[in-house]
Amino acid sequence: MRHAAHRAALLAGPLAFFALFFAYPVAAITDRGLRPDGVWQPGRVAEVLADPGVAQVLWFTLWQAAASTVLTLALALPGAYVFARLDFPGRRLLHAFVTVPFVLPTVVIGAAFLGLVGRGGLLDDLWGMRLDSSVWAILLAHAFFNYAVVVRTVGGLWAQLDPRQEEAARVLGASRFAAFRRVTLPALAPSVAAAGLMVYLFTFTSFGVVQILGSPRQATLEVEIYRQTAQLLDLPTAAVLTLVQFAAVGLLLAAHSWIVRRRESALALVDPARTARRPRGAADRALLGGTLAVIALLLVLPLAVLVERSLSGPDGYGLTHYRALAAEDGGTFAVPPLDAIGNSLSYAAVATLIALAVGGLAAAALTRRAGRFTRGFDALLMLPLGTSAVTVGFGFLIALDEPPLDLRSSWILVPLAQALVGVPFVVRVMLPVLRAVDERLREAAAVLGASPLRAWREVDLPLVRRALLVAAGFAFAVSLGEFGATVFIARADRPTLPVAVARLLGRAGELNYGQAMALSTVLMLTCLLTLLLLERLRPARSTELVA
Amino acid sequence: MRRSLTVVPVLGLLAVACGGTDEGSGGDEVTLVTHDSFTVSDAVLDRFTEETGYTVRVLRGGDAGVMVNQAVLSRGNPQGDVLFGIDNTLLTRALDEDVFTPHEAEGLAAVPERFQLDAGEYRVTPVDTGDICVNYDRAWFEERDLEPPATFDDLADPAYRDLLVVQNAATSSPGLGFLLGTVAAYGADGWQDYWQRLADNGVEVVDGWEQAYNERFSGAGDGDRPLVVSYASSPPVGVVYGGEERPEQAPTGVLTDTCFRQIEFAGLLDGAANEEGGRALLDFLISREFQEDMPLQMFVNPVREDAELPEEFTRYGEVVEEPWTVGPELIAAHRDDWVDTWTSVVLG
Repeated sequence: MRHAAHRAALLAGPLAFFALFFAYPVAAITDRGLRPDGVWQPGRVAEVLADPGVAQVLWFTLWQAAASTVLTLALALPGAYVFARLDFPGRRLLHAFVTVPFVLPTVVIGAAFLGLVGRGGLLDDLWGMRLDSSVWAILLAHAFFNYAVVVRTVGGLWAQLDPRQEEAARVLGASRFAAFRRVTLPALAPSVAAAGLMVYLFTFTSFGVVQILGSPRQATLEVEIYRQTAQLLDLPTAAVLTLVQFAAVGLLLAAHSWIVRRRESALALVDPARTARRPRGAADRALLGGTLAVIALLLVLPLAVLVERSLSGPDGYGLTHYRALAAEDGGTFAVPPLDAIGNSLSYAAVATLIALAVGGLAAAALTRRAGRFTRGFDALLMLPLGTSAVTVGFGFLIALDEPPLDLRSSWILVPLAQALVGVPFVVRVMLPVLRAVDERLREAAAVLGASPLRAWREVDLPLVRRALLVAAGFAFAVSLGEFGATVFIARADRPTLPVAVARLLGRAGELNYGQAMALSTVLMLTCLLTLLLLERLRPARSTELVA
Repeated sequence: MRRSLTVVPVLGLLAVACGGTDEGSGGDEVTLVTHDSFTVSDAVLDRFTEETGYTVRVLRGGDAGVMVNQAVLSRGNPQGDVLFGIDNTLLTRALDEDVFTPHEAEGLAAVPERFQLDAGEYRVTPVDTGDICVNYDRAWFEERDLEPPATFDDLADPAYRDLLVVQNAATSSPGLGFLLGTVAAYGADGWQDYWQRLADNGVEVVDGWEQAYNERFSGAGDGDRPLVVSYASSPPVGVVYGGEERPEQAPTGVLTDTCFRQIEFAGLLDGAANEEGGRALLDFLISREFQEDMPLQMFVNPVREDAELPEEFTRYGEVVEEPWTVGPELIAAHRDDWVDTWTSVVLG
């Protein structure tokens, strides 16, 4: 019984956060769509659902997300192994680097990808290949964005699996592959499923990539909801589509939790620093080489295009655009880059703190096997990832508009909306690790008289500290990239880097374009430094806490 | 103390640094809700504060369409006092929803009648105009000894095959403006055939202005299309932000017979917390001072007849004598089916 009360206490915070900043706004905007004048309009629902265009959009959304997920997993799983198990020069830098794409605004990536796969792009010059307006460009861009999701989620756990278990299997006569299949794979399965689900969710709700790289005919549900809400103000249609998206995402989440539920066994987690080793043998070298090649082609090349463009000025290569960034020409258009960086970092910091607090509490509450309600809550926390940002944004606008909660033009709304997307990451990263902590350790602590809090602090925290950092890195990166609902809300002018980039891109003139690229490069470097910093903060290995 | 925990204080410090000015919608502050392309010189804003005692707080969000829809959704309990940036393609939606409180701005006498689309009611005040026109890359045509096209008809001529890039009318405001221009030119029953001819002549459709202008247009980036739908002010912008040396002539030109006229309005939001301040701000938006600052800030034309244009505009810009126009009510009534029809004609 004490357990139940304990869990309820832990869940109260996340529940309140979720209800207030997600459920309530989304319900408000959906309600306004379904009951335009306080009257239910069931006819409208049927009308929208019967529209063949909607079926087409749904079908495209489903299959491109599936294809993107398969492609991303295929490209990134070897990478997860390489980063988890192999020690090679520059590993830490690369590990931080692969997360950079994840935070870049899609408008910038769109430009980079068009420079690669569009007409007159690199591929076109070399082999006369053009992929823009084809689904391949979309799939590749999705793999580019989500590579880090797989590497970090799966790799984070893989690094902590005890390699001696697999070695033991080998000693007992299992082939290398059999040992992997019987020992490592079952232990990894939940986190692979979690990563796959994340990628699927992200690509299912893909917006910018599809808009920029797809042909104007290709629309995901997310793009369609945006069009109906933000452009046509057809709230009834948007509400129905939102519900359709909810249903689809709900099904996904249910399937996921069903797969994962029985698979999380207690694992012997060890310090990741001891599991990495120098590459041995041909297989390792091939994997390492392959991973480096994938990173070079998929991640480095598009980013290199950006950097190259930021350096090419009217008279050859140079730092013209960077110098222009530093010059101020007054007016409210120009955003001093330092201010933009500062704004971005501070929003992201606040968002990370919120996400860690909410997500950490939720993960702690969900650790122990629990009733249906708790499992439901686990899935519920993922819903914001599957919800259109414009729905949440417009929901904020009509729901959080009265004192004491008139947050519409308050700066706190930005990190709150960003945290909404960050929380699921924190939970996803923390849960597999927390659940893998051997229950007997906690029991032992309890037997020795530790309170639940103290037991958590003494047993769980030391083991999950790394996961916490990974989670923080994700939450931070998500916020830096300015995903989220706040784009659709008018707010006081504290422009972040992505906003400043978008503004510059929206104006003619070579200097503006060059500065946009320079600022994107700055965003990239800022992100890289932040992530490197987090990598450096590797937890010490001792398990007692100096209070 | 273990190092891993230092991350929290670091983040905490950043959070504190984030301070940020919070609510404070007092009597001496007036809030302007606008779209993300709005800009004004700090000096001009400061002058307004000196003259009236009100400081201006600017809230920006999304593009003009998103902004108008936000205003409609928060009608009666608006996010600010004045809304700026609603254009003639969106005007009717906001007027039908009673988003604005009438205000007859001081100085309207200096604004020509043709811009006052809500004359007599004064729910909105015209502030600036801009034209959406086809831009061309002068060098490209000179190199090939080819006369640039001049009219909509020319664009469908096989001599200019595969040269034009336009934006998706469903997702981009210049794309929609260009479509409306062709509707004005060919009539509600004739534009579909025209677009069929354009499609047969290899027109390329991309999602937004950024891609069309920066990636596909040969006059700005490395694109291979010398004709793009953009603004009449794009050549001056290109020169101002083109580098150190000012050329004799802008490297890009405008086909002045293909222009659709956009007029941007401002209005006092119904339920404004600071109505007096809002009225003062509206008056200020059509004052000479603001009107003369505007061109080099937002690259739009002033509505006041007595406002002087900066040299960059007179030297590098082109005057659009007779732009195409479509009435706001007509746009409101047909926009969606026009865009749908356009989509099926052009994108198949």
